[in-house]
Amino acid sequence: MPAPAQRRIIFQHIDEPGYTNDIGCYVRNGGYEVLKKAVGRKPEELIDEVKKSGLRGRGGAGFPCGVKWGLVDRKSGKPIYLIVNADESEPGTFKDRYIMHQDPHQLIEGTMISCFANNVKQAYIYIRGEMPHGARILEKAIAEARAANFVGPNILGTGYSCEIFVHRGAGAYICGEETGLIESLEGKRANPRIKPPYFPAVLGLYQCPTIVNNVETLCHVKYIAEHGGEAYSKIGTPGNTGTRIFCVSGHVQRPGYYEFPAGTITMGQLLNEVCGGPLPGRTFKAVIPGGSSAKILRFGERFKGKRKVGAEMLDYDWGVEDVPMDFDSLGMIGTMGGSGGVIVMDDTVNMVEALANINAFYSHESCGQCTPCREGSLWMKKISSRMVHGLARPEDAALLKSVADQIPGRTICAFGEACSWPTQSFIAKFGDEFKQYSETKKTAKPEGAHELV
Amino acid sequence: MIAPAKPDLVTVNIDGKEIAVPKGTNVIEAARLVNVDVPHYCYHPKLSIVGNCRMCLIEMGMPAVDPSTKAAIMDPATGKQKINWIPRPQIGCGTNVSPGLHVKTLSPMVKDAREGVMEFLLINHPLDCPICDQAGECKLQEQATGYGRGYSRFIEQKNVKPKRTQLGPRVTLDDERCILCSRCIRFSKEIVKDDVLGFVDRGSYSTLTCYPGKKLENNYSLNTVDICPVGALTSSDFRFKMRVWFLKQTNAIDTESSVGANTVVWSREGVIYRITPRRNDDVNDTWLADSARVLFKAVKASDRLTAIKINGTDGALDVAVNAAAELFKSNSAPGAIAVVGSGRSSVEEQFLTRKLADALKASTQLVSRVGQGDQLLISADRNPNVRGALVTGLITALPFGELTGLGAQIDAGKVKVIVAINEDLAAAGLTSAQLTKVSVVYLGSHFNASSAAAKVVLPTLSPFEKSGTFVNQQFRIQKFFKAVPGPVGATDDLMVLAKLVTAAAGLTLPAEINALWKVIAAEVPALGTMAFANLPETGLLLDATPFAALPFAEGETLHYKPAQPAVAAATA
Repeated sequence: MPAPAQRRIIFQHIDEPGYTNDIGCYVRNGGYEVLKKAVGRKPEELIDEVKKSGLRGRGGAGFPCGVKWGLVDRKSGKPIYLIVNADESEPGTFKDRYIMHQDPHQLIEGTMISCFANNVKQAYIYIRGEMPHGARILEKAIAEARAANFVGPNILGTGYSCEIFVHRGAGAYICGEETGLIESLEGKRANPRIKPPYFPAVLGLYQCPTIVNNVETLCHVKYIAEHGGEAYSKIGTPGNTGTRIFCVSGHVQRPGYYEFPAGTITMGQLLNEVCGGPLPGRTFKAVIPGGSSAKILRFGERFKGKRKVGAEMLDYDWGVEDVPMDFDSLGMIGTMGGSGGVIVMDDTVNMVEALANINAFYSHESCGQCTPCREGSLWMKKISSRMVHGLARPEDAALLKSVADQIPGRTICAFGEACSWPTQSFIAKFGDEFKQYSETKKTAKPEGAHELV
Repeated sequence: MIAPAKPDLVTVNIDGKEIAVPKGTNVIEAARLVNVDVPHYCYHPKLSIVGNCRMCLIEMGMPAVDPSTKAAIMDPATGKQKINWIPRPQIGCGTNVSPGLHVKTLSPMVKDAREGVMEFLLINHPLDCPICDQAGECKLQEQATGYGRGYSRFIEQKNVKPKRTQLGPRVTLDDERCILCSRCIRFSKEIVKDDVLGFVDRGSYSTLTCYPGKKLENNYSLNTVDICPVGALTSSDFRFKMRVWFLKQTNAIDTESSVGANTVVWSREGVIYRITPRRNDDVNDTWLADSARVLFKAVKASDRLTAIKINGTDGALDVAVNAAAELFKSNSAPGAIAVVGSGRSSVEEQFLTRKLADALKASTQLVSRVGQGDQLLISADRNPNVRGALVTGLITALPFGELTGLGAQIDAGKVKVIVAINEDLAAAGLTSAQLTKVSVVYLGSHFNASSAAAKVVLPTLSPFEKSGTFVNQQFRIQKFFKAVPGPVGATDDLMVLAKLVTAAAGLTLPAEINALWKVIAAEVPALGTMAFANLPETGLLLDATPFAALPFAEGETLHYKPAQPAVAAATA
């Protein structure tokens, strides 16, 4: 089956020749028309549209956006804050950056619509510290939008006022975790908070109800406000509505970002047709479908079970190539859609070395607050880098797995899962490579191979 | 099954045991009530909850109900309501009880979680227990034994961190031992409001340190040592001095102010090594000022009085008492003798002081000792037991200012003899000229101008060498006990006072504290139903209403508000 055509609703203007990130260009392309209409509607209507749309958060967890908004404590009398999570740090993910760099007003418009819908008077864009350029672009774009009265006091004469501020992170992955982000925004170490009691919807920024949404999610909100929740929910598949942006990196002919209606394209179509297949003379070995913390898939493995299609349960028997790229299907086969960062590895990759790289990242990024993640991530890193750079023992595979098993589900935030799933899945699927690594190490590296971390 | 819970109580099931606990109790505290230990490091009952050590993971479930009908779903196997167990372990510290909550602390999931956390905590820990001061009272050591695997799988290099950071004048930090529980950080921030500690670096390289340019030098810094569950924070004073298991623990009361913080005095073979707080949720919680921990240094001070002196020459106790009796006899005119009692004396001593003053028809006064309170555990009244003097009737008005009234009476030639009990009259405002005009009988533990000028010097004991009671600012009577024997040559204050009373009035009073309490109970109505042996360790509130009108010096401190004086509790 040939791959479906791309449908770019968020990335509509990304890389469009002649499209610039200033407000003039945005308005020429119909920009801020949705906001103008939205501020004339009832906020509850907009929330209902989002609920109807079935929009799921694009930051990684895929939590329904309408439900998230529905959980906000609106009776406390405290101000409600909206935070745009632009701390895009998951290795393999590079979608939000393009939106902010090339189409920042789309984000600002989506943000303002969401703020209006939720009666938010103050929004923050928390942008990753490593994206200074993006921060400058956003600052400029907000200033332009303020000058045009799309942001700031008495927006478009409606009496509704809302400010947006850009806050730069200082270079920590954990600031992408929403409660860690909130701590960081408050000026503290980004130690994620315990939940309960600190659910952002109730006790978020400055102990006030807070909505934290991903950049892409808010752009989807703009689309929903424009076309209605009903129309949006028809894009993609039931339960996985809208489009998904896939950031394909690694060993394919054409890495890059691709936007498709969710669930309409399979992994095989994406990699082989859209991305042009493996590099010449190579074959695909493994793929991480949703950012580096998602569990890895091994080409050649089969996934069997029953799934719900419409009202009935159907058997499925998929290879990696057959898996539809949506939250639920990827969840069914034991991994996740995550942030859409598809990392492809071909047969030149040694899985021990790949895992050593991932472990080095996660041990460096653990905030250090709670024990299992703090100690476990570094221990796993020490084991995997010892295997790569020192003595590899056949029993290290079992040890790595056992250490990884002691982390998930026992930590304050989802970083415990993020740092242990790679190890768990690499060992589960490529256990032999780990057991035999002491032998593999003795073969010489090919010419021009990169230095190991 | 237990009786239906009261409205403010919640019935929970912990390891199969049902218990009703107050709303808002967390699982660790609820489990404590049924003698189930939930191991923990970062949780401290008096600090905010951060849930970062993950040692208190427990398995938790709620009774199953049908979502639509809200009817209980029964388990056919047991005939009881089915429990929906949460598949992931939850933290006991951050989980408050809710009706019907079921908790398992011994399930395989919990055991596995604890073993995992213990292993993680130990991999980068130096395991230097043989040279660590915390050994013997180390939670890591205890819980590794109780809940750990008992073997190591870690063959990598351990992290290297600073080994002896001087955080402040009294606290030394070994960062390698630190398990990053953040108790010390929270204590400094929340209790002392001196936010000087924090972590730098990330992940397993996180390191506890002071903010640049700051020091942990507040008067409560040593509490961080107490609450440190491991040997990371150590007292610079106690470090490497003594193994804790050799030390004898004696309950005592802090004497530096009228707060009356509860303490434990740690001693071995007559030598005190340290003082730590003793939990009393109505007085000092689990805290103690640093200044209270060095008071024991006075015990071995070089200016201790150890020789009974009569007109400058050494003598026996009875000779000295007789010499005092002679002075009393030759000045029998009413008002010729003045007794300067002490707000630092125990209730028992103050009672005998009153008896002595009565026998001598002497005027009585107390030395006022007012400073600035710190709103935490040091109150403005630096005498620990002014209220004891009120209760025993030694005084009826609060001491105020210096002893100028007494000085005037000396100058007028009215007062000829002063019995000074542990108070330096010169420091209290009498001039050296005035001191030469009177004969001083001095009872006290340390040398001072009064003891130098005294006709009769009777060396007595420091508070660490005797037992007794103090009445704190809340009118809470609290016991303290003898931790170490007094020096040779010093006599128990009660013995000296009892002998003086006998010499002055021919009245025999017991000098042994339990026997003396029978007399006190009979004569002091406020203490009528009590006996020393029966006083609870956390003290007993006395009826403060007779003294409600007095202008006490204290401002607000922990668990004390001056505007609403502690109201009488049952003294049964």
